[in-house]
Amino acid sequence: MTETIAQPSFLLVSLVKVVVLLFLVLTAVAYLVWFERKVAAHLQGRWGPYRTGPHGLLQPLADGLKFLLKEDVTPSGADRFLFVVAPFLTMTLAISSIALIPFGPASIHIFGEVTPLVVANVNVGLLILFAITSVGVYGVALSGWSSNSKYSLLGALRSSAQMISYEISLTLSIVGVLLLAGTFNLSELITRQSGHTWGIVPKWNLLSPTLPQILGFFCYFVSAVAETNRAPFDLAEAESELVAGYHTEYSSFKFAMFYLAEYASMITVACLSTILFLGGWLSPFPQTPGLDWTRYLPSALLAIAGLALIIHGVRYLTLFGKFVLPLLGIALCALAFLCSRPNVIFYIQGPFWFLAKVFIVLFVYVWVRWTLPRFRYDQLMRFGWKFLFPLALFNVVLTSLAVVMHK
Amino acid sequence: MTPQLAIFLLLAAVAIAGAVNVILQRHPIHSAISLIVVMVALAGLFLTLESEFIAAIQIIVYAGAIMVLFVFVIMLLNAGAEEPTNMSRMARYAGVPLAIFLLVELGYQIGAATLSWTQQPSAEGVTRGISMLLFQDFVFPFELTSVLILIAILGALVLAQREDGAPSKSGQGEIT
Repeated sequence: MTETIAQPSFLLVSLVKVVVLLFLVLTAVAYLVWFERKVAAHLQGRWGPYRTGPHGLLQPLADGLKFLLKEDVTPSGADRFLFVVAPFLTMTLAISSIALIPFGPASIHIFGEVTPLVVANVNVGLLILFAITSVGVYGVALSGWSSNSKYSLLGALRSSAQMISYEISLTLSIVGVLLLAGTFNLSELITRQSGHTWGIVPKWNLLSPTLPQILGFFCYFVSAVAETNRAPFDLAEAESELVAGYHTEYSSFKFAMFYLAEYASMITVACLSTILFLGGWLSPFPQTPGLDWTRYLPSALLAIAGLALIIHGVRYLTLFGKFVLPLLGIALCALAFLCSRPNVIFYIQGPFWFLAKVFIVLFVYVWVRWTLPRFRYDQLMRFGWKFLFPLALFNVVLTSLAVVMHK
Repeated sequence: MTPQLAIFLLLAAVAIAGAVNVILQRHPIHSAISLIVVMVALAGLFLTLESEFIAAIQIIVYAGAIMVLFVFVIMLLNAGAEEPTNMSRMARYAGVPLAIFLLVELGYQIGAATLSWTQQPSAEGVTRGISMLLFQDFVFPFELTSVLILIAILGALVLAQREDGAPSKSGQGEIT
């Protein structure tokens, strides 16, 4: 760190990476909202956003514009400074944690610098990530307190109590993985999961030969859902009791910031579960000559998606859709062709598998939200403290035992 | 001036400004938030000294756990801005000489101390070293501390229990 800070080229490269990542993350967040609305609608036998652009693809843009143009109301008696700071804090923390996520093993060349696919490769990356998450409680607590509204205050108290309670099982559920890997570095955590048991089952921590971290993954996933305040743990937003929880009094873009932060932290949590339990950027297939064809899977998937989009697009209802959807399909096909080039195919493997796993985890997230009913508050606390916490602790003991026995 | 030194000085300035602000603010929540700023700035200082592990722990434990409880309690009690009483006005006359005395002593001690800049072991080394100290060399005091904390938790539970002996419904005291 001492040597690297002094180099201006390092700063420049980092700046480029930050800007690119920020753009990608904000786009991903916007379309995650669209994705959630679509999946929710289809789970409930509805269509979801459909009118704003073909299949509602322009809905995020319309929503953003709407949030920007709405009147920004500050309630009377509010603590003005904290009222403004809280949403900024929430969104900054939610987005900055993504800087620690490594997206692939390959290094890229920018301005003659060789740099890995991660903004900050910190030795204690996992701890820094938890540090950022643990400070996130303030966004919730302060927004609720500064609003000078009883609904906001009660919502904030509920949700911060919930976040503190589930942070314990969240942190404990990861100790098992740490015991297996012996490092806090997120990139190293992934590389230590490489290899296959009996040549077929990947040695991901979820299926680790020492002790499969199934309990750990369960605890992690449930606590993560609670930590991001999503259903069935969204008691802070129990509209029948608390209007909308801690952000009741927020309007306009400050509300949008809370909204964006929720989805950004969803992405972080999904990335983290991919890194910790699902082998990160590692391909699920063994890297043997017989399975060389699996390297073309990304291209094949993209090509199929592109072709389907073209065929569907030309028969779309509106003229705009007839034009835009095939164009998108052609772009996907071109991307598929690009990905199958021999000098690109190596770079695309890591990010592809990583993003594919993250996407699956995110889908499960959305699926859970629209399937399970909300907990009652005492049930939530009992579940967290009397079931999840001991279970995570049990997992730590079991894994330590397995690690010692394995030596 | 090297960039590291500039960042170090900036963070130090933030930490001191935050610490002063803790006293100057009238409202407890504002004071608590200033204290959080101090904690985060201190973590930044540890980062510039290449102690990543200590920096992360500093934020997780102090900013993420202890100060959350402070803020929580202030919010729960709905504490308002503090009002000066006769005693607190008197504290000014006793406090200023005491502060000057403390500053002089600190200055003397810093001037007398020899500061050595030794190379820190790698982050993994720091983590391993701290774990070895905690769980091997000082395992008895460490476990004793956890028993002490357990006693404190039990005490809190006893105090939080209702008068008629009925256990509270949520198992979390009276947070909700």
